[in-house]
Amino acid sequence: MQVFLLRRTLGFLATILAISVIVFLVMNVLPGDPSVTILGIDSTEDARAALRAQLGLDDPIWLRYLHWIWGAVRGDFGTSYFFRVPVSDLILERLPLTLSLAAFGTLATVTLGILLGVIAAANHGRAGDWLIMLVSQLGIAVPAFWLSMLLVLLFAVKLRWLPPGGFPGWDDPVAALRSLILPTTALALVQSAVLARVTRSSALEVMRLDFVRTARASGMTRGRILGRHILPNALVPIVTIVGMQVAGVVTGTIVIENVFYLPGLGRLVFQSIANRDLFTVQALVVLFAAIVVTTNFLVDIAYVLIDPRLKGRLS
Amino acid sequence: MTMFRTTVLTALLTSAALASPALAAGTLRIGTQQEPTVLDPTSDATASISGMLAHNVYEALTTVDESGAVQPNLAKSWTISDDGLTYTFSLVEGAQFHDGTGFDAEDVKFSFDRAMAEDSVNPTKKIFEPIESVTVIDPLTVEMKLKRKDAFFLFNIAQGAASIVAPESAADDVTHPVGTGPFAFAGWTRGDRLTLEKFAGYRDADSVSLDKVEFRFISDPAAATAALMAEELDAFPGFPAPELLEQFEMDPRFKVVVGSTEGEVILALNNGKPPFNDLNARRGVSYAIDRNEIIEGAMYGRAVPIGSFYPPHGPAYVDLTGMYPHDTAKAKELFTESGLEGGEVTLRVPPFPYATRSAEIVQAELARAGVTVKVENVEWGFWIDEVYKKQNYDMTIIAHTSPNDLSNFARGPKYFYGYQSDAFDNLWDEIKTEADPAKRHELEKQAQTYLAENAVHAFLFQLPKLGVYRDGVDGFWASSPVLFQPLAGVSIQ
Repeated sequence: MQVFLLRRTLGFLATILAISVIVFLVMNVLPGDPSVTILGIDSTEDARAALRAQLGLDDPIWLRYLHWIWGAVRGDFGTSYFFRVPVSDLILERLPLTLSLAAFGTLATVTLGILLGVIAAANHGRAGDWLIMLVSQLGIAVPAFWLSMLLVLLFAVKLRWLPPGGFPGWDDPVAALRSLILPTTALALVQSAVLARVTRSSALEVMRLDFVRTARASGMTRGRILGRHILPNALVPIVTIVGMQVAGVVTGTIVIENVFYLPGLGRLVFQSIANRDLFTVQALVVLFAAIVVTTNFLVDIAYVLIDPRLKGRLS
Repeated sequence: MTMFRTTVLTALLTSAALASPALAAGTLRIGTQQEPTVLDPTSDATASISGMLAHNVYEALTTVDESGAVQPNLAKSWTISDDGLTYTFSLVEGAQFHDGTGFDAEDVKFSFDRAMAEDSVNPTKKIFEPIESVTVIDPLTVEMKLKRKDAFFLFNIAQGAASIVAPESAADDVTHPVGTGPFAFAGWTRGDRLTLEKFAGYRDADSVSLDKVEFRFISDPAAATAALMAEELDAFPGFPAPELLEQFEMDPRFKVVVGSTEGEVILALNNGKPPFNDLNARRGVSYAIDRNEIIEGAMYGRAVPIGSFYPPHGPAYVDLTGMYPHDTAKAKELFTESGLEGGEVTLRVPPFPYATRSAEIVQAELARAGVTVKVENVEWGFWIDEVYKKQNYDMTIIAHTSPNDLSNFARGPKYFYGYQSDAFDNLWDEIKTEADPAKRHELEKQAQTYLAENAVHAFLFQLPKLGVYRDGVDGFWASSPVLFQPLAGVSIQ
């Protein structure tokens, strides 16, 4: 176990380091000049030169990278060119919203996806199964931003039940939760469609196995067979997909936050890349990568908890 | 069953209506597409910074009214010496900054010296370029000496980049703006909203009707529409999508105001290299395009065509749209003469809806005249590098939003136009030093005609200002002669 943890941690650090170098290189190859973006196309050359000097844009790329990595080791991720505040402040003020959105999104995805998948499997070949498969096929095909717009039109503009977007802050928890209902729904509907299909086929596969027949022959109720015997044995592929979907939900927030104008990290990524805000992009990409790597790690742990036969994987 | 459903729905709707927060009296919620990066217009050109803060939080020596005329502001009056080189400003009494410090001539000197300094990062440094020195005569009098006459001086120092800031607070203005204006900064959540509150210590506080102003940042046009329709916003003065205006016009809850901005949209031609260093090729483009078709297709008819580089609402405007009537045969003839017939040119388009939509129509129109246009939609960073800095393009579409920007054509061959003309340079020198407005307007007319005759670019249309307001919101400018919008005169019922 310790060897496993150590190997995982080293792998994690190597991944992050490689990603940071790639982001730095890519951002430097991309055409653009933050000094023109900030001061506008009608600015004078000497004002732009003064700003470039102030931002340290004239240093060679390797020197800027070394500066950055030395700062990052000590917890200083640099200062945003555009907002002129430390990148860590920028991220911390937006992190709670994106984390809540991602957590709600994942929770709703898992609940809805597994529930629908199990219902479909239990009604295999009947109308319920067909209906769920048809709807989930639609869910996979529909882009999240389009679905978001439809939800807004119905629930915010027509019915006026929920706000069309924006985030009032956690000071008012009720209003905050209300404003997250539509974004969470939009995130979860699309992702749960995939999960429902995987759950269904995984459950169907287990249903054909001998022990299920035995359980049925012993007179257990259908619900008990499903809950006690089928689902636990069908979980490994489901957990794999859930792990991948966490990444999907986190990146999905980029689109959702733009459509619902939520002040989260997704919108910040979008803006920073367009603005060539190097250090902000750098920190955000590293953060997103860390979330994905951590999720993969948790998925590996979950495998062992579900199926003790897989313990060998950890050593 | 149906009865039951209807009852439940009605009950839900009523409770939802009750649950939505009631409008606080005197609070105005304004939607804006672009969010500010910092809150200091003297260090960043992002248009929304001036748009929200100039002449609301910050003030300047002068201001500009809706017609574009200069009005007194922190300077209540001024005298200009006979040679036009010395300006003496008398300052208002009783103005104070939002942090409680008083305003006097030292603050003016500080603000100007800061903007003129060697290491200044002021985005519009050319405003200060003519200034020789700023001297404090007494606490309420400032004298400025100019190196040369500048006809636009009083207009220029009204802009956000010339805001008067205090030495005590200037360094923190990027996140916590402090000015002397009618509204004080009250809060900012990046990516979400910026809040201003009426400043009780404002010298003319009784004339301000709003208690609170909330700017909400919504970049997506569909989201902006939904927010207005759901009555989450009271005003969207710079509405981004002309194609979505009709539903507001048909809805009695809203009024739609279409005005003008200072933004001339041009099909810019690279005068610095073939094929458009040739006058015939440039004139060919002007004949080939059909402005009405472009405005219809790209702006849903909501824009005014221009024939040169000057806004139609300006005092010196001369209508030159008839100089090159749409004439494909004539265009073909000129393209043949210049050897461009059957050739290919590149149109690099920045990511703005007015540009990307116009580009497709321009492409079709030039194809009819025998020239193949390769449209490349590029990202803003790429445009800045390749088009603006390296002049690596044949054609592009861009709006120039600064006032009095005829000066662009006197910026020399290194500016991205690649254009240089001694005749125009002389004309511009005369314009910028002519103090008499009537004479200056005459010269500006000559300049417009000169640019049209030389078909430096193909001039398309004036960027409109599309405003959507809830019924009961009054006082917004229909047109924008400057980037800012004073809210002191705005009211809501």
